[in-house]
Formats: sequence, structure tokens, C-alpha cells
Amino acid sequence: MGGWRHLKGITAYLPRANVDTDQLIPARFMSAPRSEGYGDYLLYDQRRDAYGQLDPSFPLNTDKTPSVLIAHRNFGSGSSREAAVYALVDAGFQAVIAPSFGDIFSSNAVNNGLLPLRLDEQDHAKLVVCHKAKSDLPTAIDLDTCQLRLGSFECVFTLDETSRLKLINGWDDIDMTQQHLSSIEGYIERACNITPWAWPNGVK
Amino acid sequence: MTQPRTLLDKLWDAHEILRRDDGASLLWVDRHLVHEGSHHAFAKIGQKQIRVKEPNLTFGVLDHYVPTNRVGIQIAPSIPRMMQTLRDNAAMHGFKLFDLTHQNQGIVHVIGPELGLTLPGLLVNCGDSHTSTHGAFGALAFGIGATEVAHVLATQTIWQRKPRAMRIKVEGTLGPSVTAKDIALNWISLLGADGARGHAIEYAGSTIEALSMEGRMTLCNLSIEGGARFGMIAPDQTTFDYVKNRRYAPQGQKLEEAIEDWSDLKSDSDAYFDREITLRAEDIAPTVSWGTSPEQAVPVTATIPALENLEAPKAEAAKAALEYMGLEAGRPLIGTPVDQIFIGSCTNGRIEDLRAAAEVLQGRRAVIPGLISPGSVKIKAMAESEGLDKVFKDAGLEWAGAGCSMCVGMNGDLVAAGKRCASSTNRNFRGRQGKGARTHLMSPAMVAAAAVTGTICDVRDLLSGKTN
Repeated sequence: MGGWRHLKGITAYLPRANVDTDQLIPARFMSAPRSEGYGDYLLYDQRRDAYGQLDPSFPLNTDKTPSVLIAHRNFGSGSSREAAVYALVDAGFQAVIAPSFGDIFSSNAVNNGLLPLRLDEQDHAKLVVCHKAKSDLPTAIDLDTCQLRLGSFECVFTLDETSRLKLINGWDDIDMTQQHLSSIEGYIERACNITPWAWPNGVK
Repeated sequence: MTQPRTLLDKLWDAHEILRRDDGASLLWVDRHLVHEGSHHAFAKIGQKQIRVKEPNLTFGVLDHYVPTNRVGIQIAPSIPRMMQTLRDNAAMHGFKLFDLTHQNQGIVHVIGPELGLTLPGLLVNCGDSHTSTHGAFGALAFGIGATEVAHVLATQTIWQRKPRAMRIKVEGTLGPSVTAKDIALNWISLLGADGARGHAIEYAGSTIEALSMEGRMTLCNLSIEGGARFGMIAPDQTTFDYVKNRRYAPQGQKLEEAIEDWSDLKSDSDAYFDREITLRAEDIAPTVSWGTSPEQAVPVTATIPALENLEAPKAEAAKAALEYMGLEAGRPLIGTPVDQIFIGSCTNGRIEDLRAAAEVLQGRRAVIPGLISPGSVKIKAMAESEGLDKVFKDAGLEWAGAGCSMCVGMNGDLVAAGKRCASSTNRNFRGRQGKGARTHLMSPAMVAAAAVTGTICDVRDLLSGKTN
């Protein structure tokens, strides 16, 4: 997976709080292999009317291909399903902006190159006003400086250093961890002596 | 003198292999539980041609996609394929699998503790958000996504930033028919579905100490619904008694030595918590959700909030939720007609839950259809030996096999669009129990009462003879 530093993209707005991962991708789609692409499953039931037709009034149902989603609080709460992030990424999103995110969703997002960008309620409200005033304005995000810009709105956001570096470098944790094998082996040896009960049946 | 430490500090320190400059810790994983939903993770390590590092610490079970063997239920073709994929992965990597016909099969968060795979002082990971359940034993237990599952499979470790410490104290005696489920729905409705985001919760206080292990598991299980990835309770004699003689737990002298170590697993008296709240058990009533987020819950005797009494964003969310739920703001919850009931899940599918439901259903008839799915094959057998299945069947309810069943909407057990279900599960999200399904979360006894009256009602009234 490649990383990214700068993004300037079309913005979509989802004016709803508590968009949980069950909404982002209903359970019935999660058995598909990733290679088939998850983009069409994104918010599948929310985007459709009672007859299964795409609802033209739903924010994501446009010809545009947004890469930034402005959402509301507690976005991605609930189930740990990483498929929710696959659906967003495969639909073309690189960043979601909200006042808060589910903790597991945040980790999953960063692991797939999707930025969970947290803004405090005040800045978030200003951003929404700017977007509503002119919805075709792109959002610009810079991971080097942690700056966000949309029209006249500009701010610096906070992002923990681990997430920032992972997004920029597209790092794979498994490769990184393999560098620490001797530390891991040392830990196992110590733990065998200190907490032998930690192994099934107390036997290593 | 060393700094006073919280239970979280002690568990974290014991599992930290190293800490990077950016603040992320590499933690050792004592138990990794996998299920059919872990297929993305196995595909990831497959691509890199990596084998499972510690097959002896990896345990698989079929639960999410398992059909509960009900007659006439349509099974999607993907279901047998999902189950077979896990079997293939278990065989290829050489880890233990509790297959459909195994006597230890059941929901992953039910069988972990049941088999003594879950113990105090362990770090338990599973690709499922309700992994917080295992924290009831004083374990560091949290749900992870597929990329993290792949990492644990490959390295038996996980990178994690330490969450902030939060303590929820509950003091006093719970009233009749008030349960751990009600404690959870109560605090989540007070603090919000993201109220504990970024925090590890330790539950403490006299009410918590008096809870059985089943109750503690229900409470820790629901931590994630309040935004906390971790929920935990310091182990005590109740915990040690539960662990004794479990299949994978240490036995005899080894157990004695373990208990000595486990007895230190509690927050020091002067340990610092970033957040602390205290609840009084007497203030907690049987609680029912009315909306599409677990925070949208009230005591059963209360009315659905009037929109004008809510702050703007909450009012907007409530309006949308009520539209989905087909309910009106400001109206009482009691008397709301229910179409069906479900009892089961990793939240409330344990023996104590089934006993509580049976107590209500004993000698009564359900006036609406309902499904009861025990959390494991063992619980099923125990319930049958106690005659609980007969109580359920005599009441006109369906007694099914063990699995995630109607909680997850992926194994054939579904609530139809527009139907209202009183449910002992954990999520009232839109479409969770099936597209368009309307879920009301409540305790098993409250669900049983709803079955008897066909409406949302107060189980205390039913048991005291006020309603019948």
C-alpha cells in the first residue's frame, strides 16, 4: 500500500451522527473477497429507497467522485469490521472528517490509508458552514503540516505521530514488527518464568 | 517508592515488549481467538506467505455465520463457504478449531471464558468489537480489525497506544429484575455512545463486586457500545471460583500459584484515573432502548424524550431514529406493540440469562413469536438438563442451536423489515438484525416479559401480578 502526503479532493457531506459500521457496510456483504471491490456496498441500505433504487437525494449518490467525507460525531462506531473501511476506500475516499470516531474504526482506517481527521465541534461546525455555502469547493489536506483547508476555512488538526507516519509511508506493521524479533523472543523467555499460567493449561 | 498503578497500568506493563518513540507499545498477545469473519486476515498473511506464529495460542470457532438449525430458514450460499474457509485455515496453520459439531462450539466470547482460555492477567485479542467481554476476568481484552488480526497471526503481538484510564463505580444494591445489562444501558445513555472513547473502563464498587461472572461479562461486553475498546473488572474470589476446573485453565498447584499472582491485579488505592464517575444502583431501572444507538435508551417507565428537551444535534438524531423505529417522541415506551423477541448473543446468551428468562416464562405463554439461542453447546446442554428448554417451548418459543444467531444478521436468522423485536442483544443499529429491522435492547427478563404481553412492559409489574 502506498502512502500519501497531500490531498485535494471533492467533498461529500453526510449530516448524520452515529454512522456505525453496520450502516457503512451491512453484514450480508462481508463474505466477499476484497479483490471484488467493496465500493458499491458503502452505505448500501442508506443510499437506497424502499424499492432498492438509489435515492437521488442521498449525499453520496452523485456523478462526482468525492475523496473527502465530512461526517458527524461517533463515525464508524460499533462493529470492528474492517470491511467498513474497505467500502470507503474502494469508493474513493482518502479522508473522513468528524468530531469523533469509533476507536477500532480509527485504527482500521489508518491501516488502509484512510485518514480519520478529528476536528473539535467548533471547527467542525465552521467547516460544515463553508461546505454548505459552496459544496463544490475541494478540501485540501496536508499530512506534513497537519493543515486542513476548505474555501475560507483553515485549521491545523491533531493527529498522533504513529498514524501520521503510517499514512505518509504506507507502512505495513508486520514488516516493522519483524525488526523486533529478538525483543519478542526475550519477552517470551521472561514471561515463561514470571507468568507460566499465561499459557494454555499453564504449559508452554 | 513506585507510582500507584491502575489495573490497566499493571496489565499494560506486563504485556509491553517495547515502546516506540511515537508512543505506540508493542504488546504480547496471550490468546488470539478467530472466527469465520477473520477470512480477510488469513488472506492477508496468505499473500505474504506467512504462517501463524503461535498456533497453540490461536483458537478458532464457528459462530458468526453458523445457522442455528431452524427449519425453513434460507441459508445464503456464502455461509457454507465462510465456514469451510476457517476449517481450511485451521488445518493449514494447525490451530484448534471448535467446529459445528464440537461439544465446545459456541459464541467466541462465551466459549473463551467457558473453556478457561480467558484468564485474569491475559491479553486477549479477537477480530470482534465485543472482545471487551473477557475484561470481566481482569484481562486486557480488546477487539481489532482485519489488518491487526493478520498482524497478531503473523507475530503474536499487537501495536497499541495506551488508552486513558476511566473508572465507573457502581455502589449499592440493584433492585429486583435490574441487571448488568441495565447498568450498561444506563451509563451509556448518560455519557453517550462515544462517552468513553479513547478510554479503558474499569468497573468497580460494591454493586460490581456482587455481580456474578455472567453479569460482569455482560457489563464489560457492552463497554464498546459506550465507545470504550476495553472494559475490565479486578479479579476476586468470584473470578477464581469460575476459573477453577476449566478445560484450559491451570490446575492444582499451578492454579494456586496463579491465584496468588492474580490477587495483585487491582488498582492501587491511590491510583490516578483520567475520568471517574459514580452511579447508585438504586437509581437504575430496567432500561430499554428506543432509538438506533445504544445511547438512545431510557428506564422502561419513562417516556421517549420530547425533541424540544434535547440539544440540537441530539434532537436531529432522535428525529431520524424515531422515524426509522416508527415511534413518537414524548410517548411512553410501555405498551409499544412488539412483533417478536430474541434471547441470545455474546451479551446475554449465558445460563444466568436463560434462567432469568425462564423464571418469567414459567407457566406463561408468549403471545408473539420468538427465538432463543443459547450462547454455546455447553449452555444448551445445561439449560436442557435444568428443563429450561421445556419452559421456553411450552411458552411457544423456538429453542435453537448455539451461535451469534439473530444478533448479527449474517447467518439466516433475521428480523424482517419494519418488524419490531425485543432483543437481549447489544446493538439497535439500523439494519443490524436485518434490513429495516427495529430493535429494542433490554435484559433477557424484560425480553421474556415482552413475549408474554406482546408489548414493551415492565417485568417487575408482570412478576408482581400487576399485569398478566
